[in-house]
Amino acid sequence: MSSPERTWKTIESGPHTYQEALHPVVRKNYGKWKYHEIPRPGVLKHVAESGDAIYTVRAGTPRQDTVDMVRRLCEIADRFSDGHLRFTVRNNVEFLTPNPDNVEPMIKELESMGFPVGGAGNCVSSVSHTQGWLHCDIPATDASGVVKSMMDTLYHEFKHMEMPNKVRLSTSCCSINCGGQADIAVVVKHTRPPRINHEHLSMVCELPKAVARCPVAAIRPTVVDGKRSLMVDEAKCICCGACFGACPAMEINHPEHSKFAIWVGGKNSNARSKPSTMSIVAHNLPNNPPRWPEVTDAVGRILTAYKAGGRPWERVGEWINRIGWKRFFEETGLTFDEDMIDSYRHARTTFNQSAHVRF
Amino acid sequence: MEEAKGAGSCGSHQCGHSGGGCGDKFLNPTPMLDELENGPWPSFVGGFKELAERTKKPMLRGVMDQLEYSYNTKMGYWKGGLVTVDGYGAGVITRYSMIKDKIPEASEFHTMRIQPAPGLHYNTEMLRELCDIWEEYGSGIITLHGQTGDIMLQGIEQDKVQECFDRLNEKGWDLGGAGAGMRTAVSCAGPARCEQACYDNLELHLHALRHFVSQLHRPEWNYKIKFKFSACPNDCTNAIMRSDLAVIGTWKDAIQVEEPAVKEWIEKNGVDALVNQVINLCPTRAISLENGGMKIESRDCVRCMHCLNVMPKALSPGKERGISLLMGGKNTLKVGVNMGSLIIPFMKMETEEDREAFMELVEEIIDWWDDNGLDHERIGESIERVGLKQFLEGVGIDVDINQVARPRDNPYFKAKY
Repeated sequence: MSSPERTWKTIESGPHTYQEALHPVVRKNYGKWKYHEIPRPGVLKHVAESGDAIYTVRAGTPRQDTVDMVRRLCEIADRFSDGHLRFTVRNNVEFLTPNPDNVEPMIKELESMGFPVGGAGNCVSSVSHTQGWLHCDIPATDASGVVKSMMDTLYHEFKHMEMPNKVRLSTSCCSINCGGQADIAVVVKHTRPPRINHEHLSMVCELPKAVARCPVAAIRPTVVDGKRSLMVDEAKCICCGACFGACPAMEINHPEHSKFAIWVGGKNSNARSKPSTMSIVAHNLPNNPPRWPEVTDAVGRILTAYKAGGRPWERVGEWINRIGWKRFFEETGLTFDEDMIDSYRHARTTFNQSAHVRF
Repeated sequence: MEEAKGAGSCGSHQCGHSGGGCGDKFLNPTPMLDELENGPWPSFVGGFKELAERTKKPMLRGVMDQLEYSYNTKMGYWKGGLVTVDGYGAGVITRYSMIKDKIPEASEFHTMRIQPAPGLHYNTEMLRELCDIWEEYGSGIITLHGQTGDIMLQGIEQDKVQECFDRLNEKGWDLGGAGAGMRTAVSCAGPARCEQACYDNLELHLHALRHFVSQLHRPEWNYKIKFKFSACPNDCTNAIMRSDLAVIGTWKDAIQVEEPAVKEWIEKNGVDALVNQVINLCPTRAISLENGGMKIESRDCVRCMHCLNVMPKALSPGKERGISLLMGGKNTLKVGVNMGSLIIPFMKMETEEDREAFMELVEEIIDWWDDNGLDHERIGESIERVGLKQFLEGVGIDVDINQVARPRDNPYFKAKY
């Protein structure tokens, strides 16, 4: 995009600098914080060795924001937190103030603008999620809409600390799962092999790249109507969608056959148990815009059972480890089926290699 | 694809770019999206509509029409392409509409990935500058933040990208990563506001991403590589699962115990809570009940963070702090979920020299991957294919028992003789 009249010379600066973004009380006590407490949902109080304290008010955002919304958040920050704010990796916004008298008025103002205060401590936090139909080139759904629908039903759980431990959620529009591992994750699962658009294929794809992309060697070269193309061994295909990323003519997305699966037990923290990956507990749920009721119902069942049965500090996966998968399925009303038995690499590590039985 | 009921009787092809919209409204009807304005959680649809009605940008009407169309047909309609700025090979995510004949107003809707400050700290001046420039050149839609950690400025036409970038760059903003190169990184709040921080992750983040700035803007490796910087083993950035290079803070010596605060905690919560919520949940049984209080056997502690999380006022990380480096985290495609595994158990990370030593190590690691990795193979997949032993030898990292959960359970190897 060379423009001859360009006068600015690029400075490859990398990340924006952070010093000027820090509140003066934060700068003063940088690296010298002593402890924190959570005086009420959505509010953290950090105390430094110097005796200084800083209060954080945390609020949920839609993640798909606008300049208008960001400017409104800036107004709050100018009024109540000396012009400083930050975001969490789960799309919450945080305002930091040393003045305890600013906390309640700030909460009131945020809530009146529609930003719920919460998301800290033992509650359901906002959802990390993907771009979906708004902007991605390979999505089977719109994560923003799924998340909005889900958080409408979990609004109370965001604003109150009534869970055994924190609950992290994610939502992803394809099996690549950019939303990530979480206590409960909503992820698209394709159920049919890709349809091949032979007309486009030779124009938009490098054939060897598409062949190489398949993890189970199900894609082979072939000739269709005298033109070089590809074919899929449908018995081998695992419906992962990897080929679509390399070759958009491998049409994996389908309005009916791209479904949802629910996964549980992902945990990245090292606290207590080692970090763990998720297991599938529901699938074949319909992709049903604009409200995806089947998805929010399944997530709600899991959270209801966990909230009732989890012990203090147990994350979802740790709760299941204690009560066992049998009781998990009983208490959530979800159904274990043969497709939930792993058949991929390292499958045997998920088998029950013991005589431990639950009745 | 069949014609959807979609854009309504007043579709964009009829009244879209006339500027008139339908009736006195700028936007066309979007009955499906409107459902997402109901309910208590803040609505992105409400935000988009407000922005569109205020700015009257046809691109916003187009993107709303296209999104509504997707909600009806349950399919996406964006395809990629190649748009960059002078001298860069990455950072702008190109999006052309596949249905521009139906909805021409959003035929181009590119995203500019922008690297925020480490820890996602802002002041309002920075954010307002960003908003003003973005409103002038782009749609005004922003994602805070993308899953890799970028500010995503969504919706700009190709002929405005360079000027928009120049204006942003003048104010200290730079593009983020894309493609087969270094990617934008993520840090937790760090020592700015967390008593558990075991190293200055914000400083290391800035240092590391500047070190690799050229490879971020001009991708030339096998595939993407991501840093994430979590300042303690609570790993709030999810580094172990979603970064190739997970830099996680830790400590070497004993947990610091403040006895009066322990006593205060027990008085408030009771001995039952101490036993049930602290002692019994220690994964290595390093804590025991002693005279109604707690005793920690440091040699048994694995630095999991649980007791510190429960008793933040009474317990703190030790004084000898630094980082662990874990490598290979990535999500499912194509080998299944790959959790990062421990490569360097401990490194000091306090001085400029410490940071330089770390960067030299990472250079060695990436050189090895550049030589040994296959096309479209993340570094964790390369290590699994070639072997951890071979990787350690190749890079020159000492073998350490902490790198494995246990020694091998099969005899199939060639021993030295």
